[in-house]
Amino acid sequence: MATPILQVRDLRTQFAMPDGIIKAVDGVSFDLYPGESLGIVGESGSGKSVTALSLLRLVPHPGRIVSGEVLFRNQDLLQMTDQEIREIRGRDIAMIFQDPQSSLNPVLRTGFQVDEAMRAHGKSKADAHARTIELLTKVRIPAAESRVKDYPHQLSGGMRQRAMIAMGLANAPAILLADEPTTALDVTVQAQILELLADLNRELGTAIVMITHNMGVVAGLCSRVMVMYAGQIVEEGPVEQIFESPQHPYTWSLLKSIPRVDALRHERLRSIQGMAPDLADPPAGCRFHPRCPFRIEECFTKEPKLLDVAPNQRAACWVTMDRARREMGADTLIDIHPGAGSGVRPGEEI
Amino acid sequence: MASTPAIATLSSRPSNARPLVRVENVVKHFPAGRGQSVKAVDGVSFEIRQGETLGLVGESGCGKSTLARLVTQLIPVTSGKIFIGDVELTKLRGEKLRQQRRQLQVIFQDPFASLDPRMTVGDIIAEPLDNFKVMRGKARDQRIQELLRLVGLNPNFDNRYPHEFSGGQRQRIGIARALALNPSLVVCDEAISALDVSIQAQIVNLLEDLQRELKLTYLFIAHDLSVVRHISDRVMVMYLGKIVEVADSTQTYTNPKHPYTKALLSAIPVPDPKVQRGRRLVELTGEIPSPLHPPSGCRFHTRCPIARLPAPCAETEPPLEEKDRDHLAACHFSSDV
Repeated sequence: MATPILQVRDLRTQFAMPDGIIKAVDGVSFDLYPGESLGIVGESGSGKSVTALSLLRLVPHPGRIVSGEVLFRNQDLLQMTDQEIREIRGRDIAMIFQDPQSSLNPVLRTGFQVDEAMRAHGKSKADAHARTIELLTKVRIPAAESRVKDYPHQLSGGMRQRAMIAMGLANAPAILLADEPTTALDVTVQAQILELLADLNRELGTAIVMITHNMGVVAGLCSRVMVMYAGQIVEEGPVEQIFESPQHPYTWSLLKSIPRVDALRHERLRSIQGMAPDLADPPAGCRFHPRCPFRIEECFTKEPKLLDVAPNQRAACWVTMDRARREMGADTLIDIHPGAGSGVRPGEEI
Repeated sequence: MASTPAIATLSSRPSNARPLVRVENVVKHFPAGRGQSVKAVDGVSFEIRQGETLGLVGESGCGKSTLARLVTQLIPVTSGKIFIGDVELTKLRGEKLRQQRRQLQVIFQDPFASLDPRMTVGDIIAEPLDNFKVMRGKARDQRIQELLRLVGLNPNFDNRYPHEFSGGQRQRIGIARALALNPSLVVCDEAISALDVSIQAQIVNLLEDLQRELKLTYLFIAHDLSVVRHISDRVMVMYLGKIVEVADSTQTYTNPKHPYTKALLSAIPVPDPKVQRGRRLVELTGEIPSPLHPPSGCRFHTRCPIARLPAPCAETEPPLEEKDRDHLAACHFSSDV
């Protein structure tokens, strides 16, 4: 593979709260390659959004990046001056958010806001304006010439998200960070936006980091995926491989717990019991062990490292699903309560 | 327990059962100023059968939540009739309606907003019992504990407050409250939409277990079609205030007879890269029209990939009719879908 365009090393972001320090991102390392589309999946509080915000140093107060490196073209974004990082934001690395309603300024015309993204990086007013119309057309907003004069409230939710994407692409960034960009949209509109992102990724070669809780979105758009749990990456690898043969019990149970629209018969969902841990006081050992059906003694005390489990695939697990299948009958388990497969300390109250 | 209505023994085969709820040509228009009105629900008829789960899907603004509020009579109809059993709900007012409402309970979307933060969990769950003066003292306490156990919570948590619980646990509290009066119909209005994937599965399984145990009938409303398919016996699809298709859940998903249903299904991402990449999106052109001025004829004609214009699609409204055994659709060209 080519050289990575972005290298994240041991990123740690914490929030000082009254009841303790929340370790929202706790030692995250990964590479992003030019032109790829990487999915980051996880549930609320897994640290996926904070990871993305940390890359551009946009973590809101009282959050603080306490350590790590984010190398973009061999420069550490975390060491830059405020002026330098501002040059990168929106030009080389752009970000789009979940809620286009609150991410656009309601009192400014849509076109002006797209212009602004380019004028902030030195384009003239006339050049910017011409390109805005081109961009809005590219993201398939019909009648872009007249739409530039519309205020955000005059656009539908899908159109607003397209305008946001246009803004993100304005300076032809090398990387687009998309934080749940389709979660607030209806499914038919979501499908259109995902197609648009896939086209842009293909045509312009923009690398996309797609942050989502939706496994279907990852399956459709991404070539590689990272699964986060409680502030850490628990598994990563090529999308086909992860869906076909997940090695971390969390990834496995997450995939088993979602109903599929193309299911041929009714199967009981295998729900992960318990809930995500308190990040002010995460469990010792593997953070998933209180909910894991395949936990063994090590899992309670020793923290697993992210290690190779297959070509290009890494997982942080003492057991891994290959072994759980072989020795613990993972495939025949219906009820996946903690310790169900391994029998280690079962019956713990949730 | 004596004064709570006993749950009738119900048929385990929903398709042969008599309807629990009948909705006849119900219309709900909201005034929108300047003599205009939002036609949120515009003439729908359907039934909910004893013991089944009827799924209701559609995109924002299609009228599904309004329909839920009409079925539970939280808002009055503009016209039309709603029956529960043999009782015509839409004719009742005041105390008579209130008494009927005990059979109709709702589980709401937001487990944070739907529980009063200043009430203990026990009082929240027992509020329906208190409202209808069903039981007091020891019997009431026992019922609270029984309900907490039923939804998988520790029965000793009755003195705690909602903020001490997670989203999934709060949703269980909401479910316990909805079950307190042994309702016959439970309306789940986006009841799992606000929850994380792994928690959603817990609640879906709980709802299925409760249905089996208590012989409940569900009207299950959600925008997540995968979940609806999973939980429902039959599925009803709405578009712009109208029902466009109703059928057995497998039929709806494998053999849709309305182009909107087909488009909606094609848009749902399947969590399997091999399958998902081979799927073809039926792209809908344009946006959902305003319910202030719905299109003439078939309301879907402005976005329909198979519409024949102007006649008949822009001129004649297709009736919701049986296209196959127990499979209704409102389309002039349902055989071309």
